[in-house]
Amino acid sequence: MADLYISEDTADAAEIAAVDAALGGRFVVLHESERLVRAGTAKRHGHRHLLLPALHALQNAKGWISPGGLNHVCEALQVPPAEAYGVATFYEMFRVEEPGHAGDVTHVCVDAACQIAGSAEKIAELKASGGNVHESPCLGQCEKAPAIFVQGVAGPDSVPADSEPLQFHQQGDSSLRLLKRIGVVDATSLDSYREQGGYEAMEAAVAMGAEAVCTAVADSGLSGRGGAAFPTGIKWRAVAAEQGRPKHVVANCDESEPGTFKDRFVMENDPFSLIEALTVAGFATGAENGWIYIRGEYPLATARLENAIAQCREAGLLGGNAAGSGHPFDIELRRGAGAYICGEETALFASLEGFRGEPRSKPPFPTTHGLFQEPTAINNPETLLNALDILLIGAEEYRSRGTERSPGTKLLCLSGQIAKPGVYEVEFGTTLDQVIDLAGGLTGNGELAAILMGGAAGSFVGPDALDMPLTLEDTRERETTLGSGVIMPFTTEIDMVDVLVRISAFFRNESCGQCVPCRVGTVRQNETMVQLQRTGSLTSERLALVDDIAQVMVDASICGLGHTAASAINSAIALGLVPGAARGSGES
Amino acid sequence: MTILETKVALRINGEAVEVPAGTSIHKACESAGIDTPTLCWAENLTPVNVCRVCVVEVEGSRALVPSCARPAEEGMVVETDSERVRHSRKMVLEFLGSGVNLEQAPELHEWMQRYGAEPERYDQYEMPAVRMGDAPKIQDNLFIRDYDQCVLCYKCVSACGDDAQHSFAIAVSGRGFGARISTEYDTPLPDSACVYCGNCIGVCPTGAIQFKTEFDLRAADDWRPDDQDVTRTICSYCGVGCNLELHTQDEKIIKVTSPSDHSVTNGHLCIKGRFGWQYVQPDEPPLNA
Repeated sequence: MADLYISEDTADAAEIAAVDAALGGRFVVLHESERLVRAGTAKRHGHRHLLLPALHALQNAKGWISPGGLNHVCEALQVPPAEAYGVATFYEMFRVEEPGHAGDVTHVCVDAACQIAGSAEKIAELKASGGNVHESPCLGQCEKAPAIFVQGVAGPDSVPADSEPLQFHQQGDSSLRLLKRIGVVDATSLDSYREQGGYEAMEAAVAMGAEAVCTAVADSGLSGRGGAAFPTGIKWRAVAAEQGRPKHVVANCDESEPGTFKDRFVMENDPFSLIEALTVAGFATGAENGWIYIRGEYPLATARLENAIAQCREAGLLGGNAAGSGHPFDIELRRGAGAYICGEETALFASLEGFRGEPRSKPPFPTTHGLFQEPTAINNPETLLNALDILLIGAEEYRSRGTERSPGTKLLCLSGQIAKPGVYEVEFGTTLDQVIDLAGGLTGNGELAAILMGGAAGSFVGPDALDMPLTLEDTRERETTLGSGVIMPFTTEIDMVDVLVRISAFFRNESCGQCVPCRVGTVRQNETMVQLQRTGSLTSERLALVDDIAQVMVDASICGLGHTAASAINSAIALGLVPGAARGSGES
Repeated sequence: MTILETKVALRINGEAVEVPAGTSIHKACESAGIDTPTLCWAENLTPVNVCRVCVVEVEGSRALVPSCARPAEEGMVVETDSERVRHSRKMVLEFLGSGVNLEQAPELHEWMQRYGAEPERYDQYEMPAVRMGDAPKIQDNLFIRDYDQCVLCYKCVSACGDDAQHSFAIAVSGRGFGARISTEYDTPLPDSACVYCGNCIGVCPTGAIQFKTEFDLRAADDWRPDDQDVTRTICSYCGVGCNLELHTQDEKIIKVTSPSDHSVTNGHLCIKGRFGWQYVQPDEPPLNA
């Protein structure tokens, strides 16, 4: 058809039905359409953002993406098969070869928290019982380690741990702001959400007007909670100031940083709050299009959000006059398919648009050239939730919590060797040892050796950091990071070299492969760690190599993945956790 | 008609440089007489800034900046030969040298020498991950693809796609170190969307995609650059007027390129200009044999 070359492989009935259901009949294939040539590119891009949902449908229908199935999608969406294949092979959850095993795939997490909780034994056990097992990077269930996610074939995905009752150690704590409804509200009911104060913030927003919302958020000092801590008010104002082009607000729910599970916890247990917060963001920035990009391994959160969106649409809280704002706003939910890099904002845009999840160079920034190259405010769910609180209590009251430079509260993800792992909300300025006490203290028989802060892209701190107040300024001063809120303690019982090998393998597997420093650097870094594991120490020559590799990844990579891929290993060496790797004084 | 051109003034390595607004830092460096290495940038393609060999230091920017993709700005202060820049260029070249067969990329060897790259540093690993070992893909008599020589600069993908041919026969597949240039399901080229324009050959910086004639001569140890001539002519097939550069050795055409600065072709050709020259040397076996 048209100017695309499609091979003779055809889809079977199951594949066609699955794809057509995913595309919802919105895009009719016009086999008689005129030859497109250049216009074809624009036309293709017009439909292309449906590529990821269509590939999910194929994968689920047969357990793999067959050439015939891919052809069907390519014809429907006018995407060249080579490019669609390039997209399909980018993601962990998609197969392009017929699997030897029929049936569901059981993904078992092998990242740090699950590694020390015995994921290797779990994998061996599942394999012995004949399961179709896949070793997975962090699945975002670190409090339930070792984490398991079952990818369905011709049936739904599931997480076995989702059937367990809610574990929330702070329930009933009156100081909670972001988590106040968790365990209280019925996560499937809009009525219940409204009974618990839901949509009061949106009403306040409509009453005060878009500009005043941006001002309140700016005055509150709120900064992004995904890791980069960019001031939210500045971001929203920049998008609000853009005129004449469609605008977008995106909730970045591709929570994939090892050790992070706070967003999942909120989305599963208080999903309406994210819908309301995104509606507020749309109102404040003047964006009509809301998007939720959620990682593919979160089936319960996805179902809860889809239900929430449907109920809000039904109630007129989304749509032509969203929540009585006089402003049209609706939300589309999209599932990722297993790629850590898609949490990087520009990679997320590329993924959502139906391209490989490869980051773009910044500048230009998302506020002017975001999703579909249009003005976009992209925020972490936790950041968005803060906006609700700011509207309810006012910027001044909001600033009464936390510190001058880090106002408000922070969600923390505690996992690893901790008695009561889970999500905790604390005021900024709470010290590290207070948080560890809150979570019941350490487990095991060893002494505290190190704490991983901010996930695999973060850094280790030693026991001397226990008095550190958890703020942006204090963590920066100690050359560590709060990042996405990961706090993962390790005791002397744990072989830290094993942990470092895994962290380096994580980055090796998750690098998108676009730029040379990260594509090759993450591999070479992993090789040095594997060699360290085998030989027991790092010679000074190899240490110099580790430093050289780290430097080029920090300096010359395109995006944050490369910039932070050496951070944890660097900090472990500086803390003396790596045998034989002593740097001269003054270096770090 | 006079075209009003806005100029921007910046400093490169301490020297004042003035260039038209919109000029890349890379071009600004060139105008200042500074040679900046690059693998993934070409005059006739949209910058993808993936190779990171051309990075420079820009005051106020935490990370280094790809000079090929970033426009020069008023007041910018650029360093092209600082220790950080030299380190990154050295490491990028070293990384490529440690994992890719660069035998047919003499320019890269010059740069490796300039920046002191030591790809052999990685030989200390018992099993460093390398790409070498895949057999060249020989699927027709026009050109071959040897991905052991591929640095993944994306140029062939751009030339096959939006930047020139709009065939979209190849794309990047896989992820990370396992990323490869590929057709869908690695389908042989003759069964793909490929129209054999050969524009991928024209932009490949390492010989990963090359004429079958060149491949055969190299295999026979008979590839002699010093004995080769380049003759510029105009393609005789149609009235467009594409310029051809006929590369000859022993008075036989061994490959055809087109100058990237030519206003008609921008360096790109079609199958006829690129491969349709067998009739001038009837003693040679036809390409479709």
